[in-house]
Amino acid sequence: MSFDNAYESLLGHEDAHWAFGTGFSEALSGVNREFPADVDKDALAAYCLMLGDDALIFSQRLAEWCSRAPELEEDIALANIALDLLGQARMLLTRAGEVLGKSEDELAYLRDEREFRNVHLAEIDCGPGPGGDFGTTIARLLVFSSWRLALFSRLAPSPFWAGSADPVLAAIAEKGLKELAYHRDHAAQWTVRLGDGTDESHRRVQAGLERVWPFVDELFATHAVETRLPGVAVDPASVKSEVDGVLDAVLSAAGLTRPADTRAARVAGMAGRDGVHTEAMGYLLAEMQHLHRSLPGAVW
Amino acid sequence: MTTALEIASAVRDPELPVLTLADLGVLRDVSEADGRVVVTITPTYSGCPAIDEMGADLRRSLTSAGYSEVEVRLSLSPAWTTDWISDEGRSKLAAAGIAPPSRVGPSVAGPVPLNLVPPSRQVACPQCGSPNTSEISRFGSTACKALRRCNACAEPFEHVKEI
Ligand SMILES: [Zn+2]
Repeated sequence: MSFDNAYESLLGHEDAHWAFGTGFSEALSGVNREFPADVDKDALAAYCLMLGDDALIFSQRLAEWCSRAPELEEDIALANIALDLLGQARMLLTRAGEVLGKSEDELAYLRDEREFRNVHLAEIDCGPGPGGDFGTTIARLLVFSSWRLALFSRLAPSPFWAGSADPVLAAIAEKGLKELAYHRDHAAQWTVRLGDGTDESHRRVQAGLERVWPFVDELFATHAVETRLPGVAVDPASVKSEVDGVLDAVLSAAGLTRPADTRAARVAGMAGRDGVHTEAMGYLLAEMQHLHRSLPGAVW
Repeated sequence: MTTALEIASAVRDPELPVLTLADLGVLRDVSEADGRVVVTITPTYSGCPAIDEMGADLRRSLTSAGYSEVEVRLSLSPAWTTDWISDEGRSKLAAAGIAPPSRVGPSVAGPVPLNLVPPSRQVACPQCGSPNTSEISRFGSTACKALRRCNACAEPFEHVKEI
């Protein structure tokens, strides 16, 4: 048997079994996307950007670990988590884009730093380069996924919480809920393994917690956008005690110390939700956006 | 002419080709009126890269069967879980050497419980049937699979993980 290229032998001459096509169509194709009556659409778009940018930017950070994690399984794990978050980001940016008249790609690749609405926790450099460490990445993943899971639990309709009045946001949250639970468990199990491991692993994950803790305060600060969306958005202040309880349970099982509450510096009281970012953000965007900006409309 | 439902149900999943889209439980609806077919599918995971390929495969199969107008819609709710995989799908996975997921039932209402240790599920080895297996990696070659090893026959195998 001879094949012209390596893929042919895998495909058995039937391209229908190749999972990765060349064109990715838009993320909410065919979903019923009517807006609820009397919703503040501009605020809804801003809220979808906030949640979408958190996922997009953190996904980019996680993908940086691909081929550089301490073991092959963890390369795959962090890349898979990044992929789930990227999927959530695509749907959220598409929803925002319906109000703003922009595509998900335009929002991801053509906005400038000041237009991104992600929290600082998503953007800071936790490695694999000199700025961080695997222990720091696990600490960030634990905090980020515990927080996002608590928000999505309330945005998704359930017998316990009403869910978002925006049906698309509610459906995106319902879809992402189990993914986030799996991410949080993964981070929690690693935190215990490192915290309860060797002196060195304990030291490094504790240092990771100290590194990310100043960015925790921003996660629970109510923003004006959330206030403008009663019944549609979740007030992040309302999930603080639940997230605190989860983090305390993990840290206690891991034998780690909860860092003292401090708050990273802000510019005139503004942070990521207002488009004011840390120095790391510009470098991240340069890498994420340069291909699309150099070759507009490029597809693969 | 075969019905649109029969054709759509027979289309295979690009990442788990032993399963049809119907076996996997991602095919939610097929409606047919005046030669026009509307197929509704749901993604397994938010970032599932195979969703576009599923749509393309559905369009290709239906078009070549004579349906000139085919629309593929996405539905996010109710969200897919592994409980949507049919009994037939589970048998096909096991026959292909992939351990099927166990049934998890509806999730608890309220805050999602934290698992500090992996839930102890009995996953039987698809090669020798031994229940004595352990997890190697919580993430595998695709979003929906984890990697396990059989402690009896020493074979590694894939497991469609419960979500
Ligand atoms: Zn075995």
